Amino acid sequence: MANAQPLLSVRGVSKAFLGVSALENVDFTLQAGEVHALLGENGAGKSTLIKIITGAYRRDEGEVLLEGTPIHPRDVVDAQKLGIGTVYQEVNLLTNLTVAENLFLGRQPKRFGLTDVREMNRRSKAILDTYGLDIDVTAPLANFSVAIQQVVAIARAVDISGKVLVLDEPTASLDAHEVEMLFAVVRQLRARGMGIIFISHFLDQVYEIADSITVLRNGRLIDTVPVAGLDRLKLVSMMLGRQLEADIKRTIDPNTAQSEPLVSLRGLGKRGNIDPLDLDIRQGEVVGIAGLLGSGRTETAQLVFGIERADSGTISVAGTPVNMSSPRKAIAQGFAFCPEDRKTDGIVGDLSVRENIIFALQAQRGWMRPLSRSEQEALADRYIAALDIRTSDREKPIKFLSGGNQQKVLLARWLATNPRFLILDEPTRGIDVGAHAEIIRLIIDLCERGMALLVISSELGELVGYSSRIIVLRDRKMVSELTGDEISTDHIMKAIASHDATGEAA
Amino acid sequence: MAVPTIVRERTPQLIVLVVILALNAIISPGFFSIEIQNDRLYGSLIDVLNRGAPVTLLAIGMTLVIATKGIDLSVGAVMAIVGAVAASLITSGYSLPATLAGSLFVGLACGLWNGALVALLDIQPIIATLILMVAGRGIAQLITEGVILTFNDKPELIFVGSGSFLSLPMPVIIWVVVAILAILVVRRSALGLLIEAIGVNRRASTLSGVNSRVILLAVYAVSGLCAAVAGVIAAADIKGADANNAGLWLEMDAILAVVIGGTSLLGGRFSLVGSLMGAMIIQSLNTGILLAGFPPEFNLIIKAVIILIILIVQSPASQAAMAGFRTNRHTVAVKTENREHAAR
Repeated sequence: MANAQPLLSVRGVSKAFLGVSALENVDFTLQAGEVHALLGENGAGKSTLIKIITGAYRRDEGEVLLEGTPIHPRDVVDAQKLGIGTVYQEVNLLTNLTVAENLFLGRQPKRFGLTDVREMNRRSKAILDTYGLDIDVTAPLANFSVAIQQVVAIARAVDISGKVLVLDEPTASLDAHEVEMLFAVVRQLRARGMGIIFISHFLDQVYEIADSITVLRNGRLIDTVPVAGLDRLKLVSMMLGRQLEADIKRTIDPNTAQSEPLVSLRGLGKRGNIDPLDLDIRQGEVVGIAGLLGSGRTETAQLVFGIERADSGTISVAGTPVNMSSPRKAIAQGFAFCPEDRKTDGIVGDLSVRENIIFALQAQRGWMRPLSRSEQEALADRYIAALDIRTSDREKPIKFLSGGNQQKVLLARWLATNPRFLILDEPTRGIDVGAHAEIIRLIIDLCERGMALLVISSELGELVGYSSRIIVLRDRKMVSELTGDEISTDHIMKAIASHDATGEAA
Repeated sequence: MAVPTIVRERTPQLIVLVVILALNAIISPGFFSIEIQNDRLYGSLIDVLNRGAPVTLLAIGMTLVIATKGIDLSVGAVMAIVGAVAASLITSGYSLPATLAGSLFVGLACGLWNGALVALLDIQPIIATLILMVAGRGIAQLITEGVILTFNDKPELIFVGSGSFLSLPMPVIIWVVVAILAILVVRRSALGLLIEAIGVNRRASTLSGVNSRVILLAVYAVSGLCAAVAGVIAAADIKGADANNAGLWLEMDAILAVVIGGTSLLGGRFSLVGSLMGAMIIQSLNTGILLAGFPPEFNLIIKAVIILIILIVQSPASQAAMAGFRTNRHTVAVKTENREHAAR
């Protein structure tokens, strides 16, 4: 751009790991007072580029200029001192310390060699005031929502660094209201003249907040374009390198609606989690659950899968009431559950892709009847091929795979048990666009082969695409059941928003 | 095919063991000589295998417990309880089989107690097993009524500690058999995988249908059983039950053996073979220090220093440094490979 010197300028940067190129000759320019989105599928080189800018990696070639001066940050602290701060998706603060302590950790104001708590609290209050955040800075950070923790993290980064702010998927675990609050802070920082690099999987948010977009693919720069007037399909095709297939709207066989339900919930509920609800799920049917975070979506799935015990109601499978007091009992009925939080509830990180794929089947068979090594390998190879799981080796620990591939391994783990009923909680959250489309296709495919599915998703567009029916939850209550032509994002939004005066949003 | 993998994975332990044995041989030239007297093998090396029996047995159970991200501090105290039970049963006139069965049963019960606290009540393992560690020696004293209960006139029980079979001391036979059994059961069944999975991520394992509680109960029970076997051997060896000193501090040696053997205290991947080597390393160290004839007040300090060196060599920092050295060479290999790839 012709206007004054850019704030941050990356020129011809390359980086390779073990001889495999992760970034090749990439340029990137950030102006002061700009929100610049960095987009690309997982593995496109976004995090490598960010880590080079923030000093976590050393570049092999190229140069990085901050306000025209070449910089060589040795590590993250060095980059912070130069003026480049980072806030990650998982807030890396200490939630057991107070807000003020988090803001000033490692640089506490001192008085006679001791921390001057009063001064620290006063300055913390002043800093947060500028963000319109009026909270008790002496309370532990854990008392506040993730959104507020994010703002505190941003405030700390800005206070230390103050020129360039990198936001790495800051909105992944926030609800719509919280995202708005975060964006207000970002806009304010932009107005102050900071340069902000924004990484997100949510294209809507990118359109809302970003001024320009840089797309990377396979370690190469595809293009840098202004957001205004950018066609969405064009953007997605830049990211994927191919034209995305037209939206898939599933045709629903009218006969399924008549058949006997496979799973019936009658008055199923648990106090403080979800109010009693009735629901039938038939074979060959996808029932979608929509609602805001905290509306009781995950809680419903946990009751059905026996993770939490219901205090009212019954679950029947094929007409017979069953005792669903543990996941083992649910699995024995042919149930399967892919949880929302893959890291803590899903993957067994240190174990290999092979072991993770055969895991549920092995658990079901019991320890006395092990799958032989060759059976395990055959099973793993079959699902790696069928679901197109990208891994260099089936013996690679699953923690080294990208989010989308971890999700596919979890799907494979359950498909290997040949379930009748599959529950998916946010199956496409935080995964790249390519894997996203594949997982949606898989959901439709499984359904057409006669499986019953219960899918929870915040992405209403995709939920509308594959669901035969959608139930809407609000404030731990089922408020609506949409069928046939009623299934549309508009109707879902209306159901969520209708007479919302009483409930809290989160 | 399995043997080379085991050897390759345990190279650091093997090197340490060889170095310590070599040092022992330098200190006492006759270290590697083995001779047969009265149809039984004698020599320092046999002594290492024999004296190492209790720690080795404890390390087997401890490995499984640590793999589930737990720890069992009570094993030394369980040895004392079981020794007391064995001594009082045999002196009350029970037969050897009845005595052994009773002793093993008590060890199993101790293990189940720990397992119940951990698996059912979700008490942190270090605290749960601390309870029995503290109470155990008191229980043992109650059983022996405060005295060292001797059984000099019971050769059948003494045989377990100092007899020999096929020219090998009984303790060696026992630990080798227990070790082989444990390795076979854990690796030939799916138990090893399930134990590792619980150690890595117990919640995800439970959600995938693993009966985590039963498996946790089982590993603590196995640890109790192993401690029981060790307790019987220790009592039979001194022909009496010493409630205060039997198995004293051995839980620490067992934990050390597991860690030296390459199993992380954070749970997950474990190696029984590694732990056995770790136990042998510790025992060689003990024997070597005794053979060297240092003043006894130095023994513990020398042991601590050597173990510190072993752990520094195995620490992630030095492993990373060594890996860095290795990848430099690896990078070249990969680059050549890529070039070939591109040429095709």
